[in-house]
Amino acid sequence: MAYIFQQILNALQLGSIYALIALGYTMVYGILTMINFAHGDLFMVGAFFCFLLAVYLHLSFVPTLLLSMIGVAFLGVVIERLAYKPLRNAPRVSAIITALGVGLFLENFTLALSPYPKHIPQLLENTTWIVGSLSISSLQILIIVLSLALMVILDFIVQHTKAGMAMRAISWDKTVVPLMGVPVNKIISVTFAIGTGLGGAAGVMYGLAYPVIDPYMGIMVGWKAFICAVVGGIGNIRGAMIGGFILGAVEIMVGAFFPSTYRDFVAFTLLLILLIVRPYGILGKPQPQKV
Amino acid sequence: MSKNKTIYDHFMKRWHTLTDKKYFWPLFMITGISFCTAASTFEFIDLYLQLILIYVGINIILTVSLNLINGYMGEFSVGHAGFMAVGAYVASLLTVHVFPTGAQNLLFPLAILAGGLAAALVGFLVAIPSFKTRGDYLAIVTLAFCMIVKSVLENIDAIGGPRGLLGMGKLTTLPWVFFWTALSVWIIRNLVYSNFGRGVLSIREDEIASDLMSVNTRQVKIIAFVVSSFFAGIAGGLFAHALQFINPRMFDIIKSTDILIMVYLGGIASIAGSVIGAIIYTILLEVLRPLGVWRMVFMPLMLVLLMIYRPRGIMGLKEARMFMPLRDFVTEKLWRQKKKEAGDATP
Amino acid sequence: MKKSSLLIILLVIFSLGIFGCSDDSSKIKIGVIAELTGDVPAVGTSCKNAAEMAVQEINDAGGIQLGEKKYPVKLLIEDNAGKADQSAAAAQKLITQQKVTAIVGPNASRYALPAAEIAETSKTVLITPWSTAPKATLDSKTNAPKKYVFRACFIDPFQGGVVAKFTLNDLKLKKAAVLYDVASEYNKGIAEIFKEVYEKNGGKIVAFETYTTNDKDFSSQLTKIKQAAPEIIFLPNYYSEVPLQIQQAKRLGITVPFIGSDSWGSEELLKLCGQDCEGYYFSTHYAADSASDTTKKFITSYKAKYGSTPDDVAALTYDSFGLLWQSLKTAGKNDRQAVRDALAKIPQFEGVTGNMQFQEGSGDPIKSAVILKIKDGKFTWFANAKP
Repeated sequence: MAYIFQQILNALQLGSIYALIALGYTMVYGILTMINFAHGDLFMVGAFFCFLLAVYLHLSFVPTLLLSMIGVAFLGVVIERLAYKPLRNAPRVSAIITALGVGLFLENFTLALSPYPKHIPQLLENTTWIVGSLSISSLQILIIVLSLALMVILDFIVQHTKAGMAMRAISWDKTVVPLMGVPVNKIISVTFAIGTGLGGAAGVMYGLAYPVIDPYMGIMVGWKAFICAVVGGIGNIRGAMIGGFILGAVEIMVGAFFPSTYRDFVAFTLLLILLIVRPYGILGKPQPQKV
Repeated sequence: MSKNKTIYDHFMKRWHTLTDKKYFWPLFMITGISFCTAASTFEFIDLYLQLILIYVGINIILTVSLNLINGYMGEFSVGHAGFMAVGAYVASLLTVHVFPTGAQNLLFPLAILAGGLAAALVGFLVAIPSFKTRGDYLAIVTLAFCMIVKSVLENIDAIGGPRGLLGMGKLTTLPWVFFWTALSVWIIRNLVYSNFGRGVLSIREDEIASDLMSVNTRQVKIIAFVVSSFFAGIAGGLFAHALQFINPRMFDIIKSTDILIMVYLGGIASIAGSVIGAIIYTILLEVLRPLGVWRMVFMPLMLVLLMIYRPRGIMGLKEARMFMPLRDFVTEKLWRQKKKEAGDATP
Repeated sequence: MKKSSLLIILLVIFSLGIFGCSDDSSKIKIGVIAELTGDVPAVGTSCKNAAEMAVQEINDAGGIQLGEKKYPVKLLIEDNAGKADQSAAAAQKLITQQKVTAIVGPNASRYALPAAEIAETSKTVLITPWSTAPKATLDSKTNAPKKYVFRACFIDPFQGGVVAKFTLNDLKLKKAAVLYDVASEYNKGIAEIFKEVYEKNGGKIVAFETYTTNDKDFSSQLTKIKQAAPEIIFLPNYYSEVPLQIQQAKRLGITVPFIGSDSWGSEELLKLCGQDCEGYYFSTHYAADSASDTTKKFITSYKAKYGSTPDDVAALTYDSFGLLWQSLKTAGKNDRQAVRDALAKIPQFEGVTGNMQFQEGSGDPIKSAVILKIKDGKFTWFANAKP
């Protein structure tokens, strides 16, 4: 019994990280109808910022987290202005390929600057509480709680603030909304900043949980988080959170009962079945196509 | 356009009258194959160059087949490497385990064909769920499928599992690659300019309208997928026998991304574009090798710049005169002229 | 015309890139394939450093004496970027375009195998310094030994046995669990050999868990292992993964010791692992702190040139080059087949990593292993294990 609980804890931890990254994808998609494939690599950059800040400036946990988030958010806005803005009216696939290109650029640039995997020093006191044969580490709890907190804050921003209202408006109709006096470019930048900032936070937490980081760590995690966003209904924030936890749970549970090589196989087959049964994701609404 | 006839125009005119003839392609194939056989037997092109040309040929097949789905049909398929993997593994298993060692050279085309057919079968299976999904969701389906193929191959220990399959003979030679490349370009080009191809293009422009216009969208989509995956499988088989080693990691999302880049680099919905994209990408990657790790920084940067300034790729939506049937060329020329006049006429 | 000029530019770049290499027949060209980027860059860098040092030493002495003249050596280094297909492509390039006489590398077994395959079909000598998986020198279809592939280290059937016997006889621990990378030739091979020898000699394997390369989260496998209550856990994995595994295990409340194999041998392991690896053992090729005179000389020159103690990859690479120099001298000419024949006939070679004996018909030397202990954040010699 304790074994199952242990695995559930593991699943929650992994799921929160996926959910945070998936949120970034979903926010950008909701506003711009564009899949930012560089998001996984921004997550990786977040982990590297955390490394740089912790090792060279010897900052403690909270400043590292905040500064990394701000750093990645800034980078996200810069990328949006330079690479995505010119393509707002181009065919969507060009924007996607550009995103892939930006992602590749980030990976290889980081690789060129730091070919060795790096180690993130321990920034937090990590106590392990033993409850029976269950082992709970404070790091796990922190990750789960922090992720949930960030998600709640995000939900609040989107549902109850003016900026959030503007974001939701833009996602419904991009042409009419500027006529209503909404500064579209600014809102898009804010969206990117928040989305990538969350990805950066996920990077920091991932770096703390799995302290060896390398430039290619973002690729698989990025694609998996993208799938979480789609499973939850792309464009839907709550859906992304649910999708993240579902994938985390599936991965851990498969690893618990089968050899780990079946993990990807089962996860993706389940995903495929889900999409066949509910093509628009769990919380997505079917978009009627106007002829 | 200059009104004076330059030497280039003169040459192109002669060239086009030649390529318009019916016998051009078969003649081209025969000349090409003989040249390649001579080149590889007498080695007047050194071995390394031959290897590069083999890679270029394989990439052309991959790019042209993906262009059918992504360019001409307007979908967004991200799983091409999965089909390639299926073709590679089936062809390799046949040559390594099933075929007797002596007859390998003779039975090689059979192995490649079998790889292509296996990939086509898998393509058929993928095409079925793709109807319930549209646009970005298709990307997910194909992505998931690509990962599933990789995962399945990793879990079958009998074919080497994650450690890969060894022992293929070096059966991919320049003449074979030339043959298969020319064949795939020819077939896909003919497909695109046929009635079936019209259906594919109409699906890209407006799926619902074409459905109303009695284009059997379901059938067209399935056939397009199957053809595209068939050629991906062939490319996979050739690739396996050039490298003499394959493992599932080689066919993951990164490989799919490479193929996507070649398609969009060269230009969507353009066969000449695919050929150019594949050539440029492969050769540039080799040529920039001295830059070491910085070459992979430079390449994506170039790609991003290209996308910003020419979003449809180098030859996006335009086609080389050589590949178009005469009637299409004339029609398009008239259309462009009319458009220009309309543009000039507006006050 | 825009298009024709584009074409011409492309052709020019193409020809410069491909044809631009000059041919140097007055030098002996040796190729090195190293994992300079990718998942195990520390291994590749050690290999490259040792290679450059070996070549510089021989060139400072004027080159290799072949008959009347002394020929300088030219080193051509290719990065396989931690990918198997790049290993194969690099081997092709070195053999066909650069026309090297022999290749040293790659190091990790999963990259060495494809390159070895290509070297064998192209009849070029390949010496892998560090790959211990037996398949590297065996033909994949017939299991007969390859003719052109050699290695400078012992093989895993020997190493796995050493670790198993050490655990049973010296540490006296009878219940073990294993966590290994099923996607990598080396890890899987040695895990299976360990299991076989351990069980044959009275031990019991209570958990045999797997993961795939680049996995970062081992919590489900480690939870399963914890459930099985072993006395020791064997981690035959590379230096970038072991710290994660040990740290996650400790976080889950696992208190038993860990034991490893030669893939632990890099200094990077100590940097990434810190205090968590204190007191554990692993088997490897040589011990820097208990060295013979030749070894001490090598360690001093390496330290002087690169500022760090050489690891086993560096020492083995240096020895591979030593083997090559000897074969070239015996062969008397810069010819691939002659070098191969000379290499196969070397009965005994006194290298930095100890005494190597080659047998006709096999590219694997007979060598001893050492057990190292991680003490005070350093690798210290603990015991020797003879074949």
